[in-house]
Amino acid sequence: MRGRGLALLALAVLALPLALPNKYAYEVAILIGLNALVCVGLNLLIGYAGQISLGHAGFFGLGAYGSAILAARYGWPTPLSLPAAVAGVALLAWLVGRPVLRLRGHHLAMATLGLGVIVSIVIATEDRVTGGPDGMSVPPLAAFGVALAGETAWYWAVGALLVGTVWLARNFIDSPRGRALRALHGSEIAAEMVGIDSARHKLDAFVLSAALAALAGGLTAHYSGFITPARAAFLHSIELVTMVVFGGMASTFGAVVGAAALTLLPQILTALKEYEMVVFGAVLMLTMIFMPRGLVPTLEKALAAANRRAV
Amino acid sequence: MLLRTEELSRAFGGVAAVDAVSIGFGAGAVHALIGPNGAGKTTLLNLLCGIYRPTRGRILFDGRDLTGRPTHEYAAAGIGRTFQNLQVFFNMSALENVMAGRHLLEPCGLAAAALRLRARVREERACRLESEALLDFVGLAAWRDAPADAMPYGALKRLEIARALAAKPKLLLLDEPAAGLNPVETAEIDQLIQSLVTRRVTVVLVEHNMKLVMGVSQHVLVLDYGRVLAEGEPAAVRNDRRVIEAYLGAEPAHA
Repeated sequence: MRGRGLALLALAVLALPLALPNKYAYEVAILIGLNALVCVGLNLLIGYAGQISLGHAGFFGLGAYGSAILAARYGWPTPLSLPAAVAGVALLAWLVGRPVLRLRGHHLAMATLGLGVIVSIVIATEDRVTGGPDGMSVPPLAAFGVALAGETAWYWAVGALLVGTVWLARNFIDSPRGRALRALHGSEIAAEMVGIDSARHKLDAFVLSAALAALAGGLTAHYSGFITPARAAFLHSIELVTMVVFGGMASTFGAVVGAAALTLLPQILTALKEYEMVVFGAVLMLTMIFMPRGLVPTLEKALAAANRRAV
Repeated sequence: MLLRTEELSRAFGGVAAVDAVSIGFGAGAVHALIGPNGAGKTTLLNLLCGIYRPTRGRILFDGRDLTGRPTHEYAAAGIGRTFQNLQVFFNMSALENVMAGRHLLEPCGLAAAALRLRARVREERACRLESEALLDFVGLAAWRDAPADAMPYGALKRLEIARALAAKPKLLLLDEPAAGLNPVETAEIDQLIQSLVTRRVTVVLVEHNMKLVMGVSQHVLVLDYGRVLAEGEPAAVRNDRRVIEAYLGAEPAHA
């Protein structure tokens, strides 16, 4: 059981290019992979630790702009600028999360909402470094004079990174640390009573998820070669939360499926462009009403029930 | 004394729920904490495990002053508890509940956790075996892989005991372990509490079932209006006139 889901994901990544007709399709697949990376991290926080963040687009944006600015304005090599941006975001998340997560309740949602808004405003107004609302162009990811370029190369790089990250996340969840997260989600008081420092473990999940969002943000910026403040904005945070909730809380593969479904949706419904957020809102609402556990866990349960009937 | 309190007090909006309680619990015995509804038993229990902070007084456990420390440090010092209104991890299986109970015994670095190092796999297997043995001990072997939210009430009561024992506490606080159980299940809990002493666990029991209390405990402490009304051996407490008046009613207790 343990390895099966991961093998399935790896197989999907390997087989998908057979079904990708053109460059545009590759591009969508890469975006799915990058969004899935954010969702796998965010799911640790929302699905497992039971904490809501409404500001992960802020971390995504900081990772993107951080690496872009270090590379474009200060001439840092991208293999350095990207990890530096990720480390900076992790530090910021730690500084914000530490005092907030000592409080019980949903203070994190409020704090991250505020942080996300601040980040997107700063990015939009500091136009001398960030390019302002028009965005900025970003140099490609390159090491030793070789740039990661072309849809196929990016596809394989992102695919491998996603499979690796899912593997790491699943291991983490099955470890005592992951159990501690699920335990404090189940009952914080009982978790404390078996010695789980709930504030510390929530902070772990928050920092990890912020770092993953920053990594995906940085990669997205280097991949598309251009970045705008919209990627750091509140609505993008809502998109990310919707992906996790729709795919399935406390299910790593659910996060991947959610990212895939909701990245594809606007591409398919291009006619609805202006109403994209309405669709996202509707998806979030309908998920909460009809399958509060999310798509993948609901399907798993239905499948298990069908199996029992068959036996 | 394993656990000692000095003038321990807790007030809620000016009302003293626990008022200057100085008591001691010796190691290796079953101590019962009884008293009428609203006497402050659960408040005292919440103070003893760090869920509430005292407004006044101190808590000394195993030679350490734990007053004002966070709850998880009480657990780390060796205090475990179960809850009257179940606090099971309903998002996990029975076995995972117990494995989570071993948190303090499973230190685990981030890298070891994420990379699934070989030593980690071995530790995980050992943790699983130990937890299975505990489920067996409380008579829940058959429920091992059941999701906790599919288990009956009586089984959940015992699951909480197994989870608390998993942390290898020196002192275990049981908050009404027999509440809502039928006579057969109550007898099983009785047996279970007696077998805890053989595992060198000191027990503090809050319970309304007098038959259970008088049968299983060596030391009874009676609370009334947040104060200690009487304490001593079960037989002595049972015949104490003040206790009979305050708690058991006008007639002598039938135990």
